[in-house]
Amino acid sequence: MELYTPLSTGSGYWNPLMWLIATILTLIIAYIIWVRGEKNYKRGTEQTKPFISGNPEPPKGVVHIRAGNLYWGFIDALDRYYRYLIPLHTGIMTDYLLWIFGITAGLLVVLVVV
Amino acid sequence: MFWNLPYFTVVILTFIAILIILTKKNLVKILLGINILESAVNLLIISIGYREGGVAPIFTLAPSMTMVLPTPQALVLTSIVIGVATSALLLSFTMVIYRKYGTVDVEKMKELRE
Amino acid sequence: MITDFVIKNAPILVVAIPLIGAFLCPLVGRISPMWRKTWVLGIVTVTSLIAILLASMVLTHGAITYVFGASTSDLTVPIDSGGIPVRIIFTVDAMSAFMEVITALVGFSVILYSMVADKERSNLEQYYTLFLLLICSVMGMVTTGDLFNFFVFIEISSMASAGLVAYRVEKGRAIEAAIKYFMVSTIAAIFFLFAIAILYGQYNALNIAMLAERLQFTLLDKIALILIVMALATKCGAVPMHFWTPDAYTLAPSSVTAMLVVTSQASLYGLFRFVFTLYHLHLNYVMIGWFLIIIGVLSMVIGVTMAIPQKDVKRLMAYHAISQTGYMLLGVGVGLAVLGDSTQLTRFGIIAMEGGIFHIINHAMYKGLLFLTAGAIIFRIGSRDMNRMGGLGHSMKYTMIFFIIGALSIAGIPPFNGFASKLLIYESVYLFNPFLAIIAMVVSILTLASFVKVFHSIFMGPPLPEYSNVKEAPLPMLIGMGILALGILLFGLFPQTVIDTLVHPATAALLNQSSYVNAVIGGV
Repeated sequence: MELYTPLSTGSGYWNPLMWLIATILTLIIAYIIWVRGEKNYKRGTEQTKPFISGNPEPPKGVVHIRAGNLYWGFIDALDRYYRYLIPLHTGIMTDYLLWIFGITAGLLVVLVVV
Repeated sequence: MFWNLPYFTVVILTFIAILIILTKKNLVKILLGINILESAVNLLIISIGYREGGVAPIFTLAPSMTMVLPTPQALVLTSIVIGVATSALLLSFTMVIYRKYGTVDVEKMKELRE
Repeated sequence: MITDFVIKNAPILVVAIPLIGAFLCPLVGRISPMWRKTWVLGIVTVTSLIAILLASMVLTHGAITYVFGASTSDLTVPIDSGGIPVRIIFTVDAMSAFMEVITALVGFSVILYSMVADKERSNLEQYYTLFLLLICSVMGMVTTGDLFNFFVFIEISSMASAGLVAYRVEKGRAIEAAIKYFMVSTIAAIFFLFAIAILYGQYNALNIAMLAERLQFTLLDKIALILIVMALATKCGAVPMHFWTPDAYTLAPSSVTAMLVVTSQASLYGLFRFVFTLYHLHLNYVMIGWFLIIIGVLSMVIGVTMAIPQKDVKRLMAYHAISQTGYMLLGVGVGLAVLGDSTQLTRFGIIAMEGGIFHIINHAMYKGLLFLTAGAIIFRIGSRDMNRMGGLGHSMKYTMIFFIIGALSIAGIPPFNGFASKLLIYESVYLFNPFLAIIAMVVSILTLASFVKVFHSIFMGPPLPEYSNVKEAPLPMLIGMGILALGILLFGLFPQTVIDTLVHPATAALLNQSSYVNAVIGGV
């Protein structure tokens, strides 16, 4: 049974076996609730279409939110940070090398002087 | 002071090479800067192995006399070969970039940004 | 008899077999493509089996040394040399064995995946030659015990991976990424050669164990340490030397990207090996430890915040690779900063280093899985732009399941293996400095956020009309992904077994410099 020992960090324990048992119990309860759902419905008629308060449904390509629009709020809130950071990633190769030489020189000065 | 001349040359070559790599815009000139930097390191390794009044270590049954160290020479041979392969690969990349982009200016190769 | 031969020469066979396979690959490929596929697959299988055999031998018997050119393979110190190991020596201790297991596992699944994914391209002989050379050079980087040998293997891996990154020309963009990557790698390797020259000039020794014994920490040694740390930190993609990482990882073929991740981890292994075993307590460990912690925290934060506004699938995952490298640097940096203080070391330093090192194998597995999933999607769809994808979960079910496993694992959700190593890092770094642990947890939440974005925009939603004839990924791709996913599940469900077998001996081998020196010089 030593395969199932808990992971001991310095300040606590994490036992994946307990998590697995808890998840299986939860899934069993969820399955029992799901099986008691409504079984008699007719596919392909009005009963399975999405209901948008009676308006016609837009085509499928428009309904799906694309990747560039998903985290608009987050990017807009951190706008000052991104306006500084993204232009720092120029595509120019000599800037990449300038960072390497600069940090090496700085570290040499710090370590040799201090 | 005279025996330290190779080390002064190494320092001067390193500074010239770093200056070329960081400030020039033409890709071929940056490659030449990398070649000068590699030559500087090879010169440093070779001049470490020198012993004053030594002869070349190419004997089989060696008479007892002072010989120059052979290990740096082996290291520098390997390093020169690696430098040749590096220069060949970088130059072939430059040729294909010139064919596809029409320019070898580092500041105009900014297709992959942020 | 063959078993005896393999067991005695195992450290050199893991490097020699891919090398010979790489050079014979164009000749075998002349016969027919089926011969070439069998040849490459056979070479990689044999290499992985020998690597796992070598790792199990090292973990049961202790460090193994292998000398080149001696009469027996154990004669590290020749009798007439006066106690100096003069030949090139491969030293495989527990940390090297750990890295070899990673390379064997990822290398095998990636070649299996690449059998199908790169089928219709031209010049496939050159591709597989470079691939086998890359595997050979990574195996060489982690087994060698000699400073200049490490430099040669770094250069081989830079050249092979630069050629592989530029493989699909894509109107010149891949060549631009390859030249940026190769130029940065060359500058890093020249820094490393400077450090070798300084160390050799002072102590007349190139073997790591010999140098570790003779080192006094003079001013020139400080300069050599800075050059080594900067060279290897550039090669593994730590901020602010990370600019080459998104370009190179995006434009390489997907199987090559998974192998590039392992190459970066091998450079990280080199950094730990030189800082811990070569310098040990001589160096100013508080300052270097705090330097590693600072660039680790910067990598985590900048990696994940640059990943959120991306619209290209593989570029987003490449920024996450930078972020996860920050976790490893943070864990081992905390261990380094308390290296001299023995109470703090036993309280949380060893746990932090175990977390960082465990994270290396976890990262190689789930990052490899994520890049292979992205490659399967790109293989079927034909473009990398997330703004045009949608609703693929209806047709690519298995790819979606593997993506869910990889995404939950990188975010640190139980029961996958990312959670186990991140828990070790959180709890020990909190005892060191609570602010750093809080930054690490916030970065983990942002990682989950950006992968939810990728998951929704690719797999969720109604099935779009332009992708109605997209089928599931081919079977060898699914098998390659399945091996990595199985590894993720097993490492997540039995973490303490993995730590006792693999990670704890590796950490003990890193912290114990004298066992490494004794294995080579033999108790002199």
